[in-house]
Amino acid sequence: MEITYLKAINEALHEEMRRDENVFVMGEDVAELGGAFKVTEGLLDAFGPERVIDTPIAEALIVGAGVGAAMLGMRPVLEMQFGDFISCAFDQIVNTAATLRYRHGGLASCPIVIRAPSGAGVHGALFHSQNPEAWFTRVPGLKVVAPATPYDAKGMLKAAIRDDNPVVYFEHKRLYRSVKEDVPTGDFTVPLGVAQVRRSGDDLSIVTYGGTLHQALEAANIAEREDGISVEVLDLRTLLPLDREAILAAARKTGKVLVVHEDRLTGGIGGEIAAIIGEHAFEYLDAPVRRLAMLDTHNAFSPPLEEFILPNTAKIVAAVRDLWAY
Amino acid sequence: MTAPQARTSDKPNPGLEREHALDLLRQMVRIRRFEEKCVELYSAGKIRGFLHLYIGEEAVAVGAMQALEPGDAVVATYREHGHALVRGIPAEKIMAELYGKQEGCSGGRGGSMHLFDAATRFYGGNAIVGGGLPLAVGLALADKLQQRSRVTACFFGEGAVAEGEFHESMNLAALWRLPVLFCCENNLYAMGTALKRSESEVDLCLKATSYEMPAWPVDGMDVALCEAAARRAALAVRSGEGPCFLEFRTYRFRAHSMYDPQLYRTKAEIAEWEKRDPINLFEARLQEQGIISSDEIAAIEAAVAGEIDKSVELAEAGTWEPIESLTRFVYSDRTRP
Repeated sequence: MEITYLKAINEALHEEMRRDENVFVMGEDVAELGGAFKVTEGLLDAFGPERVIDTPIAEALIVGAGVGAAMLGMRPVLEMQFGDFISCAFDQIVNTAATLRYRHGGLASCPIVIRAPSGAGVHGALFHSQNPEAWFTRVPGLKVVAPATPYDAKGMLKAAIRDDNPVVYFEHKRLYRSVKEDVPTGDFTVPLGVAQVRRSGDDLSIVTYGGTLHQALEAANIAEREDGISVEVLDLRTLLPLDREAILAAARKTGKVLVVHEDRLTGGIGGEIAAIIGEHAFEYLDAPVRRLAMLDTHNAFSPPLEEFILPNTAKIVAAVRDLWAY
Repeated sequence: MTAPQARTSDKPNPGLEREHALDLLRQMVRIRRFEEKCVELYSAGKIRGFLHLYIGEEAVAVGAMQALEPGDAVVATYREHGHALVRGIPAEKIMAELYGKQEGCSGGRGGSMHLFDAATRFYGGNAIVGGGLPLAVGLALADKLQQRSRVTACFFGEGAVAEGEFHESMNLAALWRLPVLFCCENNLYAMGTALKRSESEVDLCLKATSYEMPAWPVDGMDVALCEAAARRAALAVRSGEGPCFLEFRTYRFRAHSMYDPQLYRTKAEIAEWEKRDPINLFEARLQEQGIISSDEIAAIEAAVAGEIDKSVELAEAGTWEPIESLTRFVYSDRTRP
């Protein structure tokens, strides 16, 4: 059945809560309101207030309490109302959750999922638009995922909930209602840490994830149609751990790699990907690895400024042409 | 709502059973001597890194822990050797952890500030001030959701009161009536910053009562009063009345960590507090009341010395984690089937 990205997340929550009584949802306005974006709609009616829990606005507490409950075998799914607010919980994620198992010699588990609606392009201004994934992709012990399709959104959330590690799950809010896809009704999961080739091509590879995947696919079609450039598109899906083999395979196959993400350029995962390719596939390259990302500036509110700083289909097409001509 | 005034410290000695009294003394002596040994080992380079001593504050952990049952949970701070010892983590596993040996209670992974033991439900020291409070709330939440009648005792210093997580946790624990016993160890100094230099309101119980949480101060140098207060509070928490807050007024005799010029307090102030050394106070009282003899005190000291010597021996004989296991336990490979 064709469902939206948002519905896919909602279904995953319903199904995992039915499947495992230790799964519960906690966050700001997740119960009575059904979430700021309605992602958790219907859960309160289905599972009651003991498993769908409205909290005060206290992100550090939401995550910290989730860790405490997880140590006793619960599997909390914790919502940051906007991904930007995850900064308030930074200590509990990076210091407490990420190190828990290691710090206690393998004797404690931290099976939590932190859902964080992220991304720009919705006129959210500075604190409702960010893509904070790179704050977390260098933290051992965490898994960081950013699904781009309804199928992955559902399958990866289910996998994240069943995973014994803390998982930060970035869902791009521009995709909530703009992307639809046939998603099977039966139980399935999408493994974490595995990238997916979304479009096969021979001349050039785009490596991307999350919100920019759809723009990249569109751009690939335009480049093929208008310029005859055959573009491969690799969807990373998981940012920690990175699927290094898939990245290197894409580089080796086409010799030209464009990394695209909506997170800022400097310190974004694109730099890491370029480094991995430079270190391990240098001899296959026909051009330097290029990056197209949000400019190194604050998220702009002004529509023309926001448009200017973000990647989009036209900019990806231009970057593809430029790299192809190298 | 309970007014923030002394409610136990003005009571007379509740009349301890002899065996129990000896055990309280023994536990305090264990902590004191264990940490004195740690200082020696630190000077000898056997223990490295940071070492936060509890010396002077022993009555708090020993007294408070009496109110806990085996099924209860404990969350502590980076000054937690004492809590771990009283809770029942074997001294040698603590010592090995301080050495960084893999026989330590956390596999040598965390050291002094990260003692952990699931068997005794000791959910960890915590090297982030205030970082343990949300965890305690979560442990208590899980107990409540899974319908267990257990208490989570959360120890933290008065410095944590300045952290947002303190207020977030107090609020939620009270709002949801979670079974948390908040044990604030007020030793007057957050590292080198006196309470009055960091808080606009220095009455800590007032902060708790502002969250509709019963709270009262306790003389943290008197182990019997610490126990009585903790028992009373734990009883209320266990019976589902929601969280309680105890402010244990105590004093750290030693530096914040191993090196600290202590410019923030005077020698006279330290000497004044040392007159109320919890071990001396209790020992003298027991002797006065004819509950314990000098021989028995000597026997306690000898037994404790033996235990500590053994813990050092085992820590010395312990092994280093092999480089090959460096990344072990960074991730779990398990998923829920």
